[in-house]
Amino acid sequence: MNDVTLTINGKPVSGVTEPRVTLLDFLRDVAGLKGTHAGCEHGVCGACTVLIDGTAVRSCLMLAVQAEGEDIITIEGIGGSGARAGELGVIQDAFCETHGLQCGYCTPGMILAAEALLSVNTDPTEHEVREAISGNICRCTGYVQIVDAILLAAKRLGQRNDAAPSDANLVWGLNS
Amino acid sequence: MKPVRFDYKRPATIDEACGLLASDDNARILAGGQSLIPMLSMRLSRPSLLIDIAHIPELTAFGETETHIEIGAMVRQAVAQKSEFVKTHIPLLAKALGYVGHPPTRARGTVGGSVAHADPSAEIALVAATLGAEITYRVDGADEIFDASDFFIGPMLTIAPPTGCLTRLSFVKAPAVCGTGFHEVAPRKSDYALASAAAQINFAAGSGVTSIHLGIGSVGDFPERLDVNQLCGTPLDDSAIADAVHAAMQMVETVEDLHATAAYRKRVATELAIRALRDARGEISKDLNQ
Repeated sequence: MNDVTLTINGKPVSGVTEPRVTLLDFLRDVAGLKGTHAGCEHGVCGACTVLIDGTAVRSCLMLAVQAEGEDIITIEGIGGSGARAGELGVIQDAFCETHGLQCGYCTPGMILAAEALLSVNTDPTEHEVREAISGNICRCTGYVQIVDAILLAAKRLGQRNDAAPSDANLVWGLNS
Repeated sequence: MKPVRFDYKRPATIDEACGLLASDDNARILAGGQSLIPMLSMRLSRPSLLIDIAHIPELTAFGETETHIEIGAMVRQAVAQKSEFVKTHIPLLAKALGYVGHPPTRARGTVGGSVAHADPSAEIALVAATLGAEITYRVDGADEIFDASDFFIGPMLTIAPPTGCLTRLSFVKAPAVCGTGFHEVAPRKSDYALASAAAQINFAAGSGVTSIHLGIGSVGDFPERLDVNQLCGTPLDDSAIADAVHAAMQMVETVEDLHATAAYRKRVATELAIRALRDARGEISKDLNQ
């Protein structure tokens, strides 16, 4: 058994684990954070994506012991904090508004892949968005609304996270 | 958890890693883990000891001599891909790295790990074989150097010594004027390629094209270098390129599997090799036509 100490969503976490336990299983079973999803568990689907030092990685392709001392963000660390605890983050809101999810199983991974992209590229092209989520499989949406969500989030992150200026309201005259 | 039970050690030096490797017949080196950990999860690999080399500082460094660029075995693929150093001096590798897995696996996967793993469809291994990179292993306290052109001998099989640790790759610096091309066909982005091709045309003012490197991957049991140097001194027109590639492909043995027939792989590899050479030619067309 090995001791592992790492930082998850800003908090120090320690655990005792066998070397063969992946970071994915450590996050879910030792840290109790079930938002990181176990999909294929061999690096193909991207459902287990987390951020290490802001970069998207596969938690199923890493042993927990390899993550010793690393700074990890999971989907639980993406929403609002402090007074805004419990609120959705900008990318999460955008996924809801563009219908960027159906069953939701791939969504934590998609959102973290988007977070990694938008932290280094505030104005991505559609091609760059597709490249950033190229390692994440979604079996429901056909990806179109996911790409829309990330582009909307990029736009919002350059502004304030207000409600979408709704052209529909203007067309239907609801504002008048 | 899915892998078998194993011990885990994190040596601080290369010699310590080699000592651990020699101490256990069933020990394996763990670099980025992007190929090894899936194999552990599927129990295709059942080591008794994993030696994590991520914390050996000299393995994560780049080096430079007058003629060569050295890449430490633990340099992450994403780091190499972004490196201006690599873009300038090993443009073919920079181009190929964009085809390796996808951003999250490139963030963890290493340049050296990919070569040591020797998957027949690995892009980095293909570039190393195509350019004849030098692969350095530390064995019993001494460095042993292998030519990447004949390093790969089968699927996941190399001539590397079992108790050696890959420490660095060394590439000849590309000349100031050179063109490169890289193409692959895969069932989907980031999947294992069904056929791939890499090309580099070196040019020197006054003497014209000095050498042409061409290699194909994924079609046989290992990446293979093709000799098309008879094209040096020709105008490199489309028909000459096609003839040279068709001739070189005669000798190539192709494998067949669930995903593609041998004939398909060969046909696609031939076309990709032609396209890679044309791309390389296109990048230096200004100099060629002077």
